[in-house]
Amino acid sequence: MPQEVGKQYKELLQQYIDNRNEEDLYFGQQFSRQFIEKKIAPEDVISIHKTALAEVFPDLPEKVMYSFDFLIEMMIHYGLALREHQSLIRKQEEIQMEINVAAKVQDTLLKTKIPDFEGIDIGFITEPAKKMNGDYVYFLNDDNNVASVALADVMGKGIPAALCMSMIKFGMDSLQGENTSPRNVLDIVNRIVEKSVDDSMFISMFYGKYDARDSSFSYASAGHEPALIYRASEGGFTELDAKGLLLGVQPDVDYEERSVMLEVGDFIVMMTDGVTEVRTETGFIDEGLIKSILLEVKEESAQSIADTVYNRLLELQNFHLRDDFTIIIFKKENDLV
Amino acid sequence: MGYRSSVDIYTEWDIVAARQLGRNEAKKTGFGTVDQARITTAISELARNIYLYAGKGKIEIERFSENGLYGITIIASDEGPGIPDIRKVMEDGFSTSGGLGAGMPGVKRLMDEFKVHTESGVGTNITITKWLR
Repeated sequence: MPQEVGKQYKELLQQYIDNRNEEDLYFGQQFSRQFIEKKIAPEDVISIHKTALAEVFPDLPEKVMYSFDFLIEMMIHYGLALREHQSLIRKQEEIQMEINVAAKVQDTLLKTKIPDFEGIDIGFITEPAKKMNGDYVYFLNDDNNVASVALADVMGKGIPAALCMSMIKFGMDSLQGENTSPRNVLDIVNRIVEKSVDDSMFISMFYGKYDARDSSFSYASAGHEPALIYRASEGGFTELDAKGLLLGVQPDVDYEERSVMLEVGDFIVMMTDGVTEVRTETGFIDEGLIKSILLEVKEESAQSIADTVYNRLLELQNFHLRDDFTIIIFKKENDLV
Repeated sequence: MGYRSSVDIYTEWDIVAARQLGRNEAKKTGFGTVDQARITTAISELARNIYLYAGKGKIEIERFSENGLYGITIIASDEGPGIPDIRKVMEDGFSTSGGLGAGMPGVKRLMDEFKVHTESGVGTNITITKWLR
């Protein structure tokens, strides 16, 4: 095969030298694709050129021919760099495939079902910045009147955050049968995280629990972004925040628990900093922006409110998420009879 | 057993001597210009590693024939500190990213066979072979 390639190369070279047409250069380039396909190294190309040249011009001075040996020497490392590059691309494809599988595993691991009962409308959206998510949403539906949600944010993103987050999931699973008051949940998860995570990992968490029997929403926070409550009667927002240290910093933390009463039309917005710290080309978004989007769609369903905020903020960032993005809406629909 | 010759590596000039010997032997074996350059580059890399990391060592070159096939084998040996993490050194992108040259994967690519034996505090022995086709 190399001889055949060499023969064709010589013909193309001869034609170009005779005519010096753009057409011949075009054919030459088309031909070079074959070189790449056949994995002919740059140093081999020089060698093919040298051989062809010697046949086209048998009387070329020897010293000119020696210069090609020098050029071959120059090209050896280029050839190696090319092959290394090709092998690194293959390796990258393998890693990419592994991450895709890991993201699927994560999706299965994190499946959560939105509680569905009379009186409360719940919607949420969680989107990772990269393939794997460092935000975590988990719904609990203890009985037909209580809907709880855990929202955690592992600082950083990508694979390390995702690995860390799977541990929170097991912490939540271990809650079965325990007292699920917000302060107690954070206390249990904090102890688990404190034992298993190294000091450089920071996790914040918000836990909220809605009881339809008295329309109360109780909550506790481990250094998480404050939630917002929209009061239909006032037409404005108030922050919901409770004192508490980030998860895993120390084993004994006294998490404050607070509660609010919801009226019909009120809704609660829980978010991660991927929502509140959205950056556009001109800097961080104004705090009022999220509220004004929420106000615009306050009459819509909880899911539609969450989707709208996501779509608007995604557009503002030119469809590029810088951080994992999660927003959860609890909207009171009507009183239980 | 074929014909074996060797160059001791103490200074940077010895790298050039090893290259010269390698190129001559490759030519005598019957390799073309490009393969001569490849074999010489592999020798150059191994000799440089000896010079940089072990201080001193030896490059041995042997022409041989086996079942009618001809080839060349190069043995690079030193009594240096050994290669601490051989798996890393054999990875693409490890040594080259620091601008250290072709690295071990490069040497492996230039040749047909590559064998390395290294022991911490004892030394390193690398044997590479190329067949004439």
